[in-house]
Amino acid sequence: MTTLRDILNKLLGRQQSSASTARERLQLVLAHDRSDLSPELLEKMRKEIFEVVAKYVEIDIEEGAVSLETEDRMTALVANLPIKRPLPLEDESQA
Amino acid sequence: MAPKTRTILICSGKGGVGKTTLTANLGIALARQGVRTVVLDADFGLRNLDLLLGLENRIVYTAQEVLEESCRLEQALVKHKQEPNLALLPAGNPRMLEWLKPDDMQRIVKMLAEQFDYVLIDCPAGVEDGFKNAASATEEAIVITTPEVSAVRDADRVIGLLNTQGVKPVQLVLNRVRPKMIANQEMLGIEDVTDILALPLLGIVLEDEQVIISTNRGEPLTLNDGNSPAAGCYSNIARRLQGENIPLIDPSKGGKGLGDKLRRLIQTKIF
Repeated sequence: MTTLRDILNKLLGRQQSSASTARERLQLVLAHDRSDLSPELLEKMRKEIFEVVAKYVEIDIEEGAVSLETEDRMTALVANLPIKRPLPLEDESQA
Repeated sequence: MAPKTRTILICSGKGGVGKTTLTANLGIALARQGVRTVVLDADFGLRNLDLLLGLENRIVYTAQEVLEESCRLEQALVKHKQEPNLALLPAGNPRMLEWLKPDDMQRIVKMLAEQFDYVLIDCPAGVEDGFKNAASATEEAIVITTPEVSAVRDADRVIGLLNTQGVKPVQLVLNRVRPKMIANQEMLGIEDVTDILALPLLGIVLEDEQVIISTNRGEPLTLNDGNSPAAGCYSNIARRLQGENIPLIDPSKGGKGLGDKLRRLIQTKIF
């Protein structure tokens, strides 16, 4: 959530309001609390997801992110993996 | 047929956010509305409900003796002098925690439900056995929190556990609200907290020095018709609990001056 004040603060180079910071920090920590996933486990999962996807397409690992988002007490695992280009299907041509 | 007794757990996860104060004020407010109300101090480790109600010198027996059957329930109940519709069942010795089981809490709440319209249970802080025993004995819950990150986080844990224990409905009370700070975006707003916790709001309680003064005296604010900000909030919560339709007003959104309008404009959530 962003308010007009946050944008004004950004333009003026000021810190964002502490209520906005509180909201963001809470949403992140609750997503982890609710899913009961530790950061280490999430990191491991992220790596494995990247490995699987990288078998099929070339992804931008720098830009890619796997995160937990939560809304209405539902937690979702959200993966955002920008595709650079599909990989040629070498395996099939060899078969 | 008499309406069914409502058994309500008042819990928060975090300590010091106002569970016991809410229990005392709600108990008095409900009693003043004419319903037979009992407040049960389930915080056996650190009991305080007796102190907030000003009944600490009148305790003879406690929940412990009732459970051990060394006294009758009527002997342990402490009736409030000014509000005879309200009784307290005091917490026993902290050593009770060693043997108390969910069954014991269920037994005691059942006994109370036979005699009262409302059973309010002041829950201990934390999410351990004390909380679980108490939650196992109630149908409904009120989760109280303050607009602070740690209190909201702990409330979220408690809400999760209440859901798995099948306690419902679970309603929210937001305590120590400071409208000015919220208007200045320096405190989580009412909608922020209800959105994050995804609970229906039963009411808010404004930050109010009178709460401390009333605690000093052992006379809950709802005992008198004073017009302190928090007293009005507690009475409204009691009336909503009784099914009255009292609109919720967000105090941080009031004000008709140009300054207030501008402040609201820059707080509009864009995305």
